[in-house]
Amino acid sequence: MTGTEATGPQPGGAIPAAAPPAAGNGAAADGDVLVQVHDLVKYFPVRGAGLISRTVGQVQAVDGVSLTLRRGQTLGLVGETGCGKSTLARCIAGLIPVTSGQVIFDGHDITRLSRRAMRPFRREIQMIFQDPYGSLNPRRRVGSIIGDPFAVHNIASGADRKKAVQEMMERVGLNPEHYNRFPAEFSGGQRQRIGLARALALRPKLIIADEPVSALDVSIQAQILNLLADLQHDFGLTYLFIAHDLEVVRHVSNQVTVMYLGRVAEQGPKDPVYDTPRHPYTAALLSAAPAADPDAAAARQRIILTGDVPSPINPPSGCRFHPRCPKTQDLCSQQDPPLETKPGDPPDHKTACHYPVQPHENLTTSNKSSSGGGAA
Amino acid sequence: MSLLEVRDLRVSFPTADGVVRAVRGVSFDVDAGRTIGIVGESGSGKTVLTQTLLGLTAGGQVSGQAVFDGTDLIGLGEEQLRRVRGAQIAVIFQDPLTSLHPLYKVGWQIAEMIRAHDKSVSKKQAAQRAVELLGRVGIPQPAQRVKDYPHQFSGGMRQRAMIAMALSLEPKLIIADEPTTALDATVQAQILDLLLRLQQDFGTAMIMITHDLGVVADIADDVLVMYAGRAAEVASKRDIFYKPHHPYTKGLLESIPNSSAAGGRLRPITGQPPSLINLPSGCAFHPRCAYVMDKCLTDEPSLTPVAQDGFHRSACWLPASAAGLSAEAEDQRRRTVGEGRSVAAAKIAEAIAKSPEAEGSVIA
Repeated sequence: MTGTEATGPQPGGAIPAAAPPAAGNGAAADGDVLVQVHDLVKYFPVRGAGLISRTVGQVQAVDGVSLTLRRGQTLGLVGETGCGKSTLARCIAGLIPVTSGQVIFDGHDITRLSRRAMRPFRREIQMIFQDPYGSLNPRRRVGSIIGDPFAVHNIASGADRKKAVQEMMERVGLNPEHYNRFPAEFSGGQRQRIGLARALALRPKLIIADEPVSALDVSIQAQILNLLADLQHDFGLTYLFIAHDLEVVRHVSNQVTVMYLGRVAEQGPKDPVYDTPRHPYTAALLSAAPAADPDAAAARQRIILTGDVPSPINPPSGCRFHPRCPKTQDLCSQQDPPLETKPGDPPDHKTACHYPVQPHENLTTSNKSSSGGGAA
Repeated sequence: MSLLEVRDLRVSFPTADGVVRAVRGVSFDVDAGRTIGIVGESGSGKTVLTQTLLGLTAGGQVSGQAVFDGTDLIGLGEEQLRRVRGAQIAVIFQDPLTSLHPLYKVGWQIAEMIRAHDKSVSKKQAAQRAVELLGRVGIPQPAQRVKDYPHQFSGGMRQRAMIAMALSLEPKLIIADEPTTALDATVQAQILDLLLRLQQDFGTAMIMITHDLGVVADIADDVLVMYAGRAAEVASKRDIFYKPHHPYTKGLLESIPNSSAAGGRLRPITGQPPSLINLPSGCAFHPRCAYVMDKCLTDEPSLTPVAQDGFHRSACWLPASAAGLSAEAEDQRRRTVGEGRSVAAAKIAEAIAKSPEAEGSVIA
């Protein structure tokens, strides 16, 4: 991908090009990196019951995550419910304050900006959500939903706005004549297109897509995935794509990050992570995903993990995966494994595991520590 | 004779906007001990179809037959249905949180189910049986857990509790309506594995309703593909995946992102599923079909055999020779299977299987 252009082509030209938020000097410095997340931490306080509630614990939703999003590429973020992937996304989008760490967007540290200072960046970072029913106001017409970003940022009004909105509708495959309809008159797939049109209205640089296709039927899901690919190409968009469906993530991503209980278990370019996963959790996830092919399903040996994901309020000691890990040893419960490149892997393929899965390892000798079992 | 024989089942709902024809003449059989997967998108009628069997579609106009173990379920009185439901045919729903009563303890709910059908069982026996069942479905420390409320269970455990409840009266048929859709991948794998094992142990027949072809590939023996309230195609699992005849089945299979096609373009089915109030003329799939012919616009095809075994049937005007994947899709498939999935994953699974201490890592 060579999409280093700040804003994509502008069909119709009715929309003024998004002005760079500040001096725009940082972009060149980091080359093709659009977003850099450093050691991001987000804890939510848990308050006790009673009138004067005090903090009795913390949900360690995101606990020291670092990511790099390259311009024009897609980073897939995978993990089970409660692993912190949505919280991470909301921290990056600036929707919730972070506990510690940094988010560098296009060369600017946007981690602790005031509302006013954050505002120009809000144009650049847009989100699309999982539930196409819940994310659109049912009482407003589609035209005004998609036109909202223009109103909020004081760009284009009246006939100009309508024209821009209709162009956007056409671009995402909606009939521009449906400008005055309500969301209820659209199907799930079409509503996701409305959400996309709204997100794209201001020509953002980064789209954070939180499970954008998981509520859709397979045939519609494929339409939306193709549309996302086209838009990325046409507008030079960078995607942070969150999903629990591993095949979908493999299809759309250049880079993949696997999260477990607020931490990164494994990250790297898509193919090595999928073909030779080093973290036992990644291997288990991959083996658990149902393959739509009876022969593959029969040939596959599933790693069935015991129990559920533990509570992020009181995560396990050492490696957070150790109570469910088939390879766990004593060290795993004592020491937190660093996220590092394992021997033989490409430099950007990193794994947080003391005993990474070896491609040709004979695992039959691996012994399990007595602490196993850990079903919550 | 099959355990369940459904013949020309039709269900429609009169609404203010018109008559919703949710199920339009579906026939299928379920044999004892086998699993039939019913696949279709939202609104294809797969849930209405199975709920009608149990008399759960109040307000619907139902016609047709559903002979279960010699009795026609359609038109059965409420009292007789009550004896069938739970005892003979159990249901596992998608959302285990809303299917368990939040104010009663899990164990109590299972025991109540047992006692409701058999008054001769004492409360104590029923409670004991609840503990046994929870243990059977892999809930650790079942004797303590029976005293928990549903909110104290995780999603996967609630679904296990639902399965325990479904099994409590050793039904002949289990209807599982998207039982793993709300669960994470690793938990889904646990639950599917559990269902398979229990089915083998109890010899129960199962109807698995799902939109996920991956789930079907895993656990079904036969598959019924539904579209707009009708059966588009019926076949053995292998024929559905490797020799699909109906363009809709092919479209579904080709819509799935698949590892070997990674990065390429998907080939979705164009358009939207039709409204069940105002169905297209002829074949309901024709507006979205890539192979549409003149005949498709006017005449609705019925299920006809497309293979010599007579079991593989498709409701499409295309000749029987049209069965099979496109060359490209077939090629992709071979590559996927050839490569196998992750080598490392297979190795770990093997290690677990061989290592006696690792017993706890695999659901017993």
